Amino acid sequence: MLNEMNSPKANRLAGGDVAVIGVGMTKFGELWNKSLRDIFVEAAMKAIENSGVDHIDSMYVGTMSGGLFVGQEHVGAVMADYLGSVPIPATRVESACASGGAAFRSAFFEVASGYSEIVLAGGVEKMTDGADVTDALATAADQEYEVYHGITFPGLYAMMARAHMHQYKTTREQLAHVAVKNHKNGSLNPNAQFRSQATLEQVMNSTMVADPLRLLDCSPVSDGGAAVILCSLEYAKKLKRPFVKVKASAQASGTIALHSRESLTSLDCVSVAAKKAFKQSNIKPYDINFAEVHDCFTIAEIIVTEDLGFFEKGKGGISVEQGLTSLNGKIPINTSGGLKAKGHPVGATGIAQIIECYEQLTGNAGERQIKNAKLGLAQNMGGSGASCTIHILEAI
Amino acid sequence: MISPKYHREIPQRYRLEAGKCKQCGTISFPPRLICPKCKSKNFETVQLSREGKILTFTIIRVGPDKFSKETPYVVAIIELNDGARLTAQVTDCDVNKVEIGTKVKLVFRKIQDEGKWGLHCYGYKAILI
Ligand SMILES: [Zn+2]
Repeated sequence: MLNEMNSPKANRLAGGDVAVIGVGMTKFGELWNKSLRDIFVEAAMKAIENSGVDHIDSMYVGTMSGGLFVGQEHVGAVMADYLGSVPIPATRVESACASGGAAFRSAFFEVASGYSEIVLAGGVEKMTDGADVTDALATAADQEYEVYHGITFPGLYAMMARAHMHQYKTTREQLAHVAVKNHKNGSLNPNAQFRSQATLEQVMNSTMVADPLRLLDCSPVSDGGAAVILCSLEYAKKLKRPFVKVKASAQASGTIALHSRESLTSLDCVSVAAKKAFKQSNIKPYDINFAEVHDCFTIAEIIVTEDLGFFEKGKGGISVEQGLTSLNGKIPINTSGGLKAKGHPVGATGIAQIIECYEQLTGNAGERQIKNAKLGLAQNMGGSGASCTIHILEAI
Repeated sequence: MISPKYHREIPQRYRLEAGKCKQCGTISFPPRLICPKCKSKNFETVQLSREGKILTFTIIRVGPDKFSKETPYVVAIIELNDGARLTAQVTDCDVNKVEIGTKVKLVFRKIQDEGKWGLHCYGYKAILI
């Protein structure tokens, strides 16, 4: 069966006609009773069951640092073993906080190329086992020329926030509006770490972490896993279950150190990847109905929505304040609650974004379902913008 | 006593040695093997300018363990007069007096202690001019 399924189908898959046929995730949060492997296997089993496939041909696991968080590397093999999937190929993919997006993209290539028929793309992180999370996350920045001098990730994004506020008159309240909106969305998501709403005052008065960013501007420390099943469109049609089409897959890199970038108020990796994705799918930013973006900090959502072309440069702040990105706004952003409220188990985040797109596009997003969801975009980012993946998904 | 990891960076941390591209003039700090701008592999070693201005900054209130006793402290992205940019702490000042555009000068300071032996590690910090 494996051999038959692995036969090259590159010609039939011209243009990369790939579908996401099933999804599964754990609740995000502090999952004290579950290990790294428990979390991944739970998500993967749900995705396999949800898709109706009887096997997978190969798998990719996005994880930022099994080594630093729980002392476990070789995560691809661990997960294949505990998923009962030995001897299929299993590869761990790492691109810091964009590991999930990169894992999805690897799976996409494998299906698009015809090398495999059914591929699982998953992501997982276990961050609450006692590791020094600040130090572990900081390894996604330049260790010798940024972290050495005492900068942290909130600090890097705080420097972007200050530059953006200086250049575009973005206000402190506008940053807070991102958190308020995403907590509101998260309150409607059963898998979210925080289901509590946050008021503007709560965000504005939360503990200062790195001026001007406060605690409620930051995504939390989380455990969680997410997985999706990809297959050819042709195969997906045979399964007779809801599926969505992967319309574009793009990726770009940026300099590892924030100070090496010409602009401190833009994320070039985002605009470059976005251009590629829109070109591939032959659509324009305003054709997108909703997006999941990498709001590791509130300022990130504002900059990313500008660099994706949803808003004019410098207008990301006012757009969130005016409600344009709310659930019933012109372009809902982070309907899942985003990293901010849903949680940010680093390696799982990129896959969880794909899952939210799938749920919205198949009409299964429950209380947070938006109307007319035809095209969704998922933007996943590593470090302070040194890597970015963008996927566009389409309802069928 | 110093570690190999630390030793390798001394030319940059103590003397601000950078690589200036002989083809396009771009300064890379730390030095690189390939110029990010024009891909040339020909560099000359230059010393960075010690003065510049703050492009953006933050005040770290919750620091990593190594720096937790020093909070609050300012970290800034500084553009030096020769156009090179780097990240450094801004020290010996009232953290509330720092602004975008403030002129600074790089000075030699202890930065942190490395590893479980607590090896002293030095480098550059900025002070207000
Ligand atoms: Zn050059």
